[in-house]
Parts: sequence; C-alpha cells; structure tokens
Amino acid sequence: MSLISSLKIFSPSSLNTTQNALSVVSSRANSWWSHVEMGPPDPILGVTEAFKRDTNPKKMNLGVGAYRDDSGKPFILPAVKMAEAEIAKKNMDKEYSPISGSPEFCKATINLALGEDNEWTKNGLNATVQGISGTGSLRIGTAFLSAFFPGGKDLYMPTPTWGNHVPLAKHAGLGVKQYRYYDPKTCGFDFHGALQDIAKIPERSMILLHACAHNPTGVDPKPEQWAEMSKVIKEKKLFPFFDMAYQGFASGDIDKDAAPVRMFLKDGHQIALSQSYAKNMGLYGERAGAFSLICSSKEEAAATMSQLKIIIRPMYSNPPVTGARIATEILTNPSLRSQWLKDVKGMADRIISMRQLLRSNLAKEGSSRDWAHITDQIGMFCFTGMTPPQVEKLTKDFSVYLTKDGRISVAGITSKNVEYLAHAIHQVTK
Amino acid sequence: MAPSKFASVESAPPIEVFALNKAYVEDTFPQKVNLGVGAYRTDEGKPWVLPVVRHMEQKLAADETLNKEYLPVLGYEPLASAATRMLLGSDSASLKEGRATGIQCLSGTGALRVGAEFLAHIGKHSIVYSSNPTWGNHSLVFLNAGFTSYRSYRYWDAAKKALDFDGLMEDLRNAPENSVIILHACAHNPTGVDPTQDQWRQIADLIEERRLFPFFDSAYQGFASGDLDRDAWAVRYFDSRGFEMVCAQSFAKNFGLYNERVGNLTFVAKDRSVIEPVRSQITLLVRANYSNPPNHGARIVGTVLNDPVLTEQWKSHIKTMADRIISMRLGLRERLEKLETPGTWNHITDQIGMFSFTGLGPLAVDKLIADHHIYLLKGGRINMCGLNTGNIDYVAKCIHEVVTTTQEASL
Repeated sequence: MSLISSLKIFSPSSLNTTQNALSVVSSRANSWWSHVEMGPPDPILGVTEAFKRDTNPKKMNLGVGAYRDDSGKPFILPAVKMAEAEIAKKNMDKEYSPISGSPEFCKATINLALGEDNEWTKNGLNATVQGISGTGSLRIGTAFLSAFFPGGKDLYMPTPTWGNHVPLAKHAGLGVKQYRYYDPKTCGFDFHGALQDIAKIPERSMILLHACAHNPTGVDPKPEQWAEMSKVIKEKKLFPFFDMAYQGFASGDIDKDAAPVRMFLKDGHQIALSQSYAKNMGLYGERAGAFSLICSSKEEAAATMSQLKIIIRPMYSNPPVTGARIATEILTNPSLRSQWLKDVKGMADRIISMRQLLRSNLAKEGSSRDWAHITDQIGMFCFTGMTPPQVEKLTKDFSVYLTKDGRISVAGITSKNVEYLAHAIHQVTK
Repeated sequence: MAPSKFASVESAPPIEVFALNKAYVEDTFPQKVNLGVGAYRTDEGKPWVLPVVRHMEQKLAADETLNKEYLPVLGYEPLASAATRMLLGSDSASLKEGRATGIQCLSGTGALRVGAEFLAHIGKHSIVYSSNPTWGNHSLVFLNAGFTSYRSYRYWDAAKKALDFDGLMEDLRNAPENSVIILHACAHNPTGVDPTQDQWRQIADLIEERRLFPFFDSAYQGFASGDLDRDAWAVRYFDSRGFEMVCAQSFAKNFGLYNERVGNLTFVAKDRSVIEPVRSQITLLVRANYSNPPNHGARIVGTVLNDPVLTEQWKSHIKTMADRIISMRLGLRERLEKLETPGTWNHITDQIGMFSFTGLGPLAVDKLIADHHIYLLKGGRINMCGLNTGNIDYVAKCIHEVVTTTQEASL
C-alpha cells in the first residue's frame, strides 16, 4: 500500500521541472568548480559599496586611498595633461616595451628616488625594472627575494602595514613576521618597541620599511629615529626592503620624503626599493612603478637584472607603456618637471591643510581629546584612534564611511565638509 | 663593506627572441631582414598603429569626463564582456546562460598566468601539456604559476612539415585525468599549422573521454584568416560541446596594441552558480599579483568593440594585415618553387598566421643569419610580417642558397 502511495505520478509539467532540477544538480556535480568558495569580501571596497548605496546628501567616503581635490573630484595633474600632449605630438608606436621597461623610464625613476646625481646610478650599481605600479613592483621584488635571498625567507613587516603586503609576500613564497610600529596609546610611533623588536630579528633576515607616509597609520619615524633604526638594522645584518609609494605626496618635498632611503644607502646598506607613481603623479590606473636592487658592483647589477627579467616574462612578458611614458616625459622635461613639483606640493599642501582644519574644528566643537596626531601624522591616511564601535556609529549616524580600524583617507576631506566631519567625530568620541 | 647579499646570483641566459632582436638591431648590413620578433610590419617594414587606435586615442584625450582612477581588480567590464562575446560569439549558449565570464588581464601572457594560477591554486591541477613545439613562454608561465609538471604532446611532423595528428592523439590519450591541455585556438605559434575541423572534433572527443581540461591560447583571433568568426571556430566548437574551459585572449596583434598589454581571460563553466565564487577567488589572485590592470589600452579596445561602426573599421584593419601576410606567403612559396629550391614549399601557404615553420635546420638558420643577415629563430620559425615586396626576392634567394649548400640531417 505505502509503495503505491509513494509512487510519483509524472505529469508533463512535473517531468520538466524534475528534469530541469536534475540538470542543475548534474551540471554542478559535473563542474570542475562546484567546490570553489566565495572569497572574503574586500574590506575597503565594501566601504565604497556601502557609501554608494547611502542616500544621505552629507555622506563622506573616507575609505579608498585616492586623492581628491577640494571639490571631492579625482584630480588629473596639469603636468600629466601637458605630458600627454607632448607624447601625442611624438606619434609613438605601440611596439613591445623591453621586459624591464624603457631604460629612460628606469633611470628617471631610480634617480627620482636617489637624487639626480647619486653615486649609485652613476656607478651602474642599480638593477631597476618597471613594475605594474607599486603592487607589481613589490611582486617582482618578493619573487626575486624568495628565489635568491641567501638569508632567512621571512619578511618582517611593521604592525600594522598595508593590507596587501601580507598576501603579496605569501603569494611569492615568503613567510611573514611583524615588528612593533604603531602605538595606539599615543597614536604615534612606538620607537622603542620597534627598536626592541628589530634587535630580536634573526640575522640575515629581510625587513620591510615604509619610506614615508606609512600606510595605514600616517605615522613616520623622525630623521633621528630613522638613523637609529639604520644602525640597528646594520648591526643585525638585516636586508632593508623599502616600499616608497608616496614620494613627494607626503611632505610636498621629493627629497625630504626620500631621505630615509638615501640615508640607508649612505650608511652602507644594500637595499631593495619599490616605487609607485599612482599617487604622486595621479597615474593610478595606468600602473606605473618600479622595483630596484642596489648592488655592490656593476656585474652584480647585471646578473640580478637578468634574473629579474626571468621573473617578469612568465608574469606578463613586458609592461604597459602609457603610464611610464607620462612619468618619463614629466621627469625628463625640465618645464614639466617643475610643473609636477608644483602639482605634487599642491596635493600635499591640501592634505596638510585639511589635517589642520580637522584638528582646529574638533577643538572648536569643544572636544577635550588630544587630536595632535591628526597633524603629526603625514600623507594620505590618518589613524584617528577611534574604536570599531565609534566607527560604526560614525557611519550609521552620520554617513561617514571609513575602515573599521579608524583609518580615514584625508584626501576625502574638503573645506566644505571638514566642519561636518569634525562635528560627527566629536559626537561619537565625546 | 659587508659582502653583498647577491654575490652568488648568476647571470640568467638571455631569452632567444630578444637576443635575436638585439643582434638584428646592432647589425649594420643594409639589406638585413628581421624575421624574428612577432610583431606586424607594413610593406614598408614599419610598425603600424591602427587608424582606429589613433582615432580612439585622440577621442579619449579630448574626453574631459575621463580620469585615471583605478580600474576594478578584474578590469574594465565593457572590455571583458565584449572580448568574451567576440570569442564565443553572441549565439553562444554559455554566454546566454550566464555561464561565461571575462576578466581583463595583462595581454595574452597575463591571461595565461592568471588562468594558470587559478587552475593550480584553486583547481589543484598540477600537470599541464602543450604542443611540441609551442610558444617559448608557455612552460615558464605554468611552472611559475604552480604547476609541477610540464609535458608535451606531439604536434609538428618535421618530415611531412605538417601536423602529427596521430602522435597528438596518442599523447593526449596517455595524459593523466585532470591534466590541463594548452590548445592554440588558431595560427599555431610557431608552426602556423592548425588542426582541421574534423581533427578538432576528434580532439574534443578525446579530451572529454579522458577528462582533461582545455586551456585555449587565442593570440590571433581575426589576425589569422582576417575573419574573427572563422578564427574562433575551435573555441566555439568546444563551447557548443558544453566544455568547461578557459581561454587566454590577446589584443596585442589584432589591435596592434603590443605595449599596452590588453588581454582577457574567458572562463566558461557548466553552471552559472560557480561564476561569482570563481571571480572572487581570481580577485584575490590578481590582488596579490598586481592589484588591477592598466586603463589606457582597455578603454581603446573596450570602446571599439562596443561600437558597431568602430568595430567595422577595426575589422577592415585586421583584414588588411591578414591579407598582406597571406600575400607574402604566396610570394615566398612562388619564388622558392620558381628557383626550384630543393624540398617542398606548399607548407608555407598551408600554414596560417604570423609565423611559418620553414623546416630549415639549425645549420641553414645559422648561415642565414651569419652570411645573409636574415634573422630568424633557431627552430626555423620566421615571422611573415618581416617580409615585404622590398625584401622578398632577397630572402627567397638566400633561402635557396643555404638550402642548396647546407648538409642537414633532414629537410
């Protein structure tokens, strides 16, 4: 009896449904990819997405680290526009770039970092290759170190560091370790903690250093602190890998921002260096950057250069030229170069003045908290010191969007919204 | 000063095609000919920036609404979707059913690399096969992406100067399940020899039977025959058979955008529900490699492919390039046959695309370079684009000379 009642009667329509269901089930079962899980959502993109959905006219996006002008718009540098016009006149071809990028680009880029007349480039001690902006240059560097660094394969990074440093290093096969850096009590540099931790790093290890405008904290060591770190790093025979993504963009002065890199070289370190033109030339999407090794001889530079090319070729063969051509034109054309120095100082100055306005407005709001770190910190980002619940309230109640760690992108602040922001921050922190 | 950390780093061997190009550039012989690097040349021997590309660049430069902001990690969506549609055809079932997706990559190499990393890290594939011979960079891309075994399947029959189809089928039949098989979609590099449609059907049957994973490398769509649909036949056939597969697409040759690094990775799944998870995993891979792809070239190609008028203009450029190459093939074969150069020369016109596997042996190649200043790769591959009405007589004459005066093992 139960057998009959359990018999399914197949009508044409139910047959169809069953067949469709079966084919869905079987196509998933037959797929190579049914086991693939959704990757974790990107925290920063998540912020932007939520911002876009918000209908509050006063909303502010302090998430993504891209420069905005005082109207809150993306900024194309006048020097870049001029460079593009010059390049258009030249009717250049679209032939493959050398694997390492154009020699002109590489020379101009390393000279930007080390100074026009520096002894290292003059003596042919650098192996410099174009990379896909900062990320790509770090990728080449970590791949090289993973294959060729003769010491320990752990890369020591400051706490905190740019979110992508860890996956980048791991993807290249390096281990990831930390040294103390940010002091949440002072919202400043944990100098003694850093020195202590650095002194404990095993000899012949690699250490990652943010050259200027530390991301995400905005906290940079003072020159005398850099000098101390250089001494300890030398004593411990550590290998410094500089990430310089903000030269010129931090203080407005390209030499001041590059000072730690130059200091380390003068102190006798051999270094690796990653550079990006995303922020300081506003070339974000054009992906212009470079990776360099400063070697002890011309022969060594040539040998390491050949190995760098071997790393690049199976990644993408050769780099995209447009961003690199713009950077080269700017750096090698005297009037464009001086225009660029004005442009980058303009960006840095606007950020610095927003920091000042935010701090002074917080005082005006009657905040009794110490907000000195807002102006002590430098570059695109500010670690406000706000806690996750405070951040949540800031977003929920005031439509101000930032990452959970309390980091704000100062570039998202304008003279028109800084008062609102100060008011909002005061409300959630008083 | 402390001893250098990198004192023990040895100099890597130079990469052949670039070393060859360097030697050509440094040669002062007035009649030198470069049949090495794979880039299109006009009949005047010059690089050609496609008129539609120049037009687009002027248009983009004048467009005040554009900026240089980061593209999404997976690239410029108008480019990716148009590129996938161009490959699979708008009639594609997988496209209509939302089972196909595109990801902008750093030209063909970058698409191969992202695809290979995905297959190795997420798909857990470890064995990859490519043809013997194949593009010199295939093995390096896959091994660096995480594959542990790179193997070859027979392809070029040197004696017949044709496809070794039986060898190919036998080798694929012996490939372990889950092996990734690299297939050149058209205009095989370096031989110029493609399977026939019937041979493709048999290859598909075998891949299905042996549970192998097809990875198409499409660097010449449109550039080979002059017809985008014709050059995509093999990929579309596999798609119509319901295969899951990936395809690396390059716009270097067919758009002449070599140095802008414009490419696309097309991913076809059996089920649309896997598309989002797959895209999210590829996002993580790209982020750890280069964060997001370059803007400039993507806007050029993406805009053209989504504009019917510009697309027609572009198609006419492709036809120009393909036709010139085909006429050089005809011209070279005619001259060699007229000179009664020993051997058979029909393979030059049977083959398709930028390259021809001449069948010249290493001694003949050495002579061509050293005595006649004609630069080609050791394996006998020539770039047809390096030939033009100005040098084809000289090249034919020199090939004749080296063939008649060189004792090779076989021709």
